[in-house]
Amino acid sequence: MKRTLTILIRNPLSLLGLTLVVLVVLSALFADFIAPFPEHRGAIVDFANFNRAPEWPYIFGTDLVGRDLFSRILYAYRISLLLGVVVLVIAVPIGVTIGLAAGYLGGWTEFVLMRITDVFLSIPPLVLAMSMMGLLEPTLTNGMLAVTAMWWPWYTRLVYNLARSEREEGYVLAAEVIGAGKAHIMFREILPNCVPSILTKMTLDLGFVILIASSLSFLGLGVQPPTPDLGSMVADGSKYLPDSWWLTVFPGLAILVAVFGFNLLGDALRDILGVEQ
Amino acid sequence: MLIFAIARIIPGDPARIALGPSATPEQVQTLRERLHLNESLPMQYGYFIGDLARGDLGISLYTNRPVTTDIATFLPATLELIIVAGIMMIGIGLPLGVLSARYRGSWIDNGIRLISLLGVSAPSFVWAVILMLLFAYFLPIFPIAGRISDTYFVQPVTGFQMIDTLLAGNLKAFGSAAWHIVLPAFALALAGIGQAARLTRSNMVETYEKPFIEMAHSYGFPESRIARRYAFRPSLIPSLTIIGLDFAAMLGNAFLVEAVFAWPGLSRYGVAVILRKDLNAIVGTVLVISALFLIVNIVVDLLIAFINPRIRLSQRAS
Repeated sequence: MKRTLTILIRNPLSLLGLTLVVLVVLSALFADFIAPFPEHRGAIVDFANFNRAPEWPYIFGTDLVGRDLFSRILYAYRISLLLGVVVLVIAVPIGVTIGLAAGYLGGWTEFVLMRITDVFLSIPPLVLAMSMMGLLEPTLTNGMLAVTAMWWPWYTRLVYNLARSEREEGYVLAAEVIGAGKAHIMFREILPNCVPSILTKMTLDLGFVILIASSLSFLGLGVQPPTPDLGSMVADGSKYLPDSWWLTVFPGLAILVAVFGFNLLGDALRDILGVEQ
Repeated sequence: MLIFAIARIIPGDPARIALGPSATPEQVQTLRERLHLNESLPMQYGYFIGDLARGDLGISLYTNRPVTTDIATFLPATLELIIVAGIMMIGIGLPLGVLSARYRGSWIDNGIRLISLLGVSAPSFVWAVILMLLFAYFLPIFPIAGRISDTYFVQPVTGFQMIDTLLAGNLKAFGSAAWHIVLPAFALALAGIGQAARLTRSNMVETYEKPFIEMAHSYGFPESRIARRYAFRPSLIPSLTIIGLDFAAMLGNAFLVEAVFAWPGLSRYGVAVILRKDLNAIVGTVLVISALFLIVNIVVDLLIAFINPRIRLSQRAS
């Protein structure tokens, strides 16, 4: 762990990634203390200060009902990160378990499980999440559900391929010979060898979940107002281009910064942990 | 099957949603019968597959036209956008990756890596908005929205604006159509360009370690020939797989870019029908997009088989 951190800090790009991620996470956690106008996260109207260009104290400007964009972006980060973590916490165990079972057990289990996975993979991910969101009520919980539904098959495919090659390794055979149970071999023998790949993918994916979730809300299929959300902020603001440029540019850059940070960090982890693409 | 399942397990009565709150129970009942909603789920699935086999996707409750007609109207615009973006992705992404690998470790390499990572790191709607702001508003080089200037009218033949204008022999209109597609296609292609460049680079760097490259070096082959003929070709195969996936991702991302540039394509139709819970139209749209996705994957597989001499020659031998 300590070694990993030292390597991370030495490479400038990895350091940048780590810094961005830490900044984003901290600003989400401590939004209540950092935000100059914490009450602006909700449905508040301040027509005296509506649609202001960036100037003190509104460093990112204000939106069309006078709310501070900087404060809203901080709270939007909180929701995006929460969504990303919840999606991965649900999708990863499901995907990993199915992938392990299909990869190690083989036979009919493999056939059935992988065909189901293929069905999910045969629809472009964003389209799958969109159609689910459109048919369900657009709430935060349903958003998580829709994104989870499109996310687990990727982990199944990753772990499936890993488990299939690990299955042939000597240590698995050794465990079988001494009579270890199937569950033991899957979770205690094979799984630890897949952890670096899974961890790397999770870091990269935290960024991509934020990206997909903001895409959904950009189309009006995500979190609903007045909850602050980066995607819907860009969508609302894009109607007032080019005059009120800050309405779109800052939320857009906020997405870019977060995803970029997670990508840099994920890349660095991949190099350090020696994971192949 | 999955599409059908998603469409049927949702809460809410599609017939009621379609008719609006003021509909009488009788009206709802008639529509339910017309849509076979009163029958058992397996029966509904049977109707669905039967209609599908005849190429009938039902009537859109939003436009009141057959879903197939709607899709035929809107699909070409989206396809045109995706194809141009795909050409950009391959035409820009691959050379960038090759350049990056050839000068690996240098500032060229670092610059390209940073740019390609940035390309991957923002959703295409953010790029769309930023490009629009920069190159349509601040520097008014490109048009802001639409597919072609209103001054031109071209008889639609294929629905592909760029082909139709050429067929009509109207070069000015073709120029206008091509000019209109640059920004949206580039916004759509950026993520793919980044992805393609990153992958090509990492594969080529790996290939550069191989003994046959060292041999080429010791023969004194020029650096550019080694890059093109020896390092690039074996690295192309994994890149192609990812390019196929990126093409598929574009099918989804087109939804975002079309929204920004007011591009009258299938995606805008898709969003409209999703927001109105128009079941037949949603199922039809998702089905067509999945079919495209499948076709792209098959084409990529065929291309890989064609490029890889081991697969190509083994097929010929058998």
